[in-house]
Amino acid sequence: MAEPPQERTALRMVNIEKYFGSVCALKDINFEVGHNEIVGLIGDNGAGKSTLVKILTGVFAPTSGDLYIADRKVETNSYTVKKAHALGIETVYQDKSLGEKQVMWRNFFIGREMTYPFGFLKVRQEKAIASEIMVNTIGFRGKGIGVESKANKLSGGERQGVAIGRAMHFEAELIILDEPTVALSLKEVRKVLNFVHKIKDAGKACIYISHNISDVYEIADRFIVIDRGEIVASITKAKISLKELDEFLLEYSHGLKDKVQP
Amino acid sequence: MSRTTTRFAFIGKLEGLPIAMVLAVMYVVFIFTAPSVFTGYRIYMSFFQTVPPMLVCAIGLTFIITAGEIDLSFPAVVALSGFVFTWCFKNLNAPWIGFILALAAGALVGYINGLLVARLRVPSIMATLAAQFFWYGVTVLIAGGLQIDIGAITTTTIHTIFVGRLFGVFPVQALWSLGLVAFFWFILNRHTFGEAIMFIGDNAEVARVMGINVETTRIQLFTMHGVIAAFAGLLLTMEINVFFPTQGQGMLLPVMAAVFIGGTSIAGGQGVMVGTFFGSYIIGSLEAGVVATGIGGYWVQLVEGLVMAASVILNVVIGEEGVSILARTARKWAVPAQAPPGEDSGGRKHA
Repeated sequence: MAEPPQERTALRMVNIEKYFGSVCALKDINFEVGHNEIVGLIGDNGAGKSTLVKILTGVFAPTSGDLYIADRKVETNSYTVKKAHALGIETVYQDKSLGEKQVMWRNFFIGREMTYPFGFLKVRQEKAIASEIMVNTIGFRGKGIGVESKANKLSGGERQGVAIGRAMHFEAELIILDEPTVALSLKEVRKVLNFVHKIKDAGKACIYISHNISDVYEIADRFIVIDRGEIVASITKAKISLKELDEFLLEYSHGLKDKVQP
Repeated sequence: MSRTTTRFAFIGKLEGLPIAMVLAVMYVVFIFTAPSVFTGYRIYMSFFQTVPPMLVCAIGLTFIITAGEIDLSFPAVVALSGFVFTWCFKNLNAPWIGFILALAAGALVGYINGLLVARLRVPSIMATLAAQFFWYGVTVLIAGGLQIDIGAITTTTIHTIFVGRLFGVFPVQALWSLGLVAFFWFILNRHTFGEAIMFIGDNAEVARVMGINVETTRIQLFTMHGVIAAFAGLLLTMEINVFFPTQGQGMLLPVMAAVFIGGTSIAGGQGVMVGTFFGSYIIGSLEAGVVATGIGGYWVQLVEGLVMAASVILNVVIGEEGVSILARTARKWAVPAQAPPGEDSGGRKHA
């Protein structure tokens, strides 16, 4: 990789490969995310972004390769979503972060409930904490939205805000945002980008996946371009302007450029 | 700010309110149209005796439908568990062993359903339809198609405990089923299992990425319903003192109707346990009530259909939405100068 190794990495993937049957979804993936670094992951539909995310978050196991989280090697075969959560990896998916018909306090704690013995929920405590996060971390001031609101009452940007706030509450060291601004209005996109700035301010790392180059450019420290299951470029923000990045991607998608490592 | 909204908001949160209203209205109508029957206590005691097996099945089905699945095989479990119990009582004179084995048989049927649905990904309507034929078949086969009379059960402790008469009149099974409603209300609304069920029914992908083991939970769900249906079969068999191989066969549609009119959404993600309780009593007392009014047996199904439709419509109209809209409208009448609270969503600021 072009990037010099950092003092400490939030995440490192070494020679990760993933096959679905005989179809190769990811080939020879090597990359890392530094502590408190925001990495923009750019790639076309079907490039392998979602597969990569699912390996990171424990939904799929890779066919081969090594995964290091906070510089510690992870046993990929027994790696699950719960373990990813325990290691501080949180994911915000474009459309499946929240249960639509479920109230906010359940959405905050689903999978990680606060319980009494025998698995009964500490509803009062969950509501108090959810309310605290919604007002202080996410900044919900509206009268209409509270811990008893259902997720389908929230706008797209607010939902992503809830998912990001939840991730930050659970002390995530690395937050993965998978196309968080798809199908959002400009105003809502703005809200989401503000949440991402909060991740940076809080000293956490983030992988931001998006089609929208200008969004990625604004918030990322480094860009990784992925195409047909391979990483084709890793560029730091200092080395490239938004226009150059845009032109690079356009040329790349027209097949004018071969693999480049600027 | 919106004081009226908050003052009336609790109405929307009162679980099963629309369906409780339907039940109340229905009984009032019966009291006026058939006073000789509905002012006495006997008719209610008879409901407390006939409704519990149905209600118990409906408790389990509420979970199944909340999870976005369906189970058509519980009537067969009612028959199978009844057979296992009567066989043990008749041949071994061991009612408690029969009781345990009957529940285990229900668990087995449910577990197999769960495996088919969760592991082999057979749609639950197909898997449980097949299961309902298969397990009725098994029951008829091993019972030799014969009914078994267990009149001697009435003198046993187990009979007194589960289907005895409190103070000589009140059927104990009504208390058992009520206790189960309360217990399973807590499991659905205040337990990690119930929460997992709601999220799976809402969107299984969300549940999965949030760390819920969707497959295991589905297997547990079907197994649980198997056990619950087996208990319903035990209540039924002990109450009528006889096992017959087709028992439970009329239960499928009424139980489903009870769950749906109770407000549990066919789309999954939301279950209303209190609604299921009232829904079961509506379904369970409609026929007797309509007959008692003397309008004639031909009217029974028509009235049943009307009441069901009314209940479902009420659930849709007086859902959470309906109450908050009503409250807002009421507030507008009271304080016309203020902006409607529905329009403030765009103006919220994020710090």
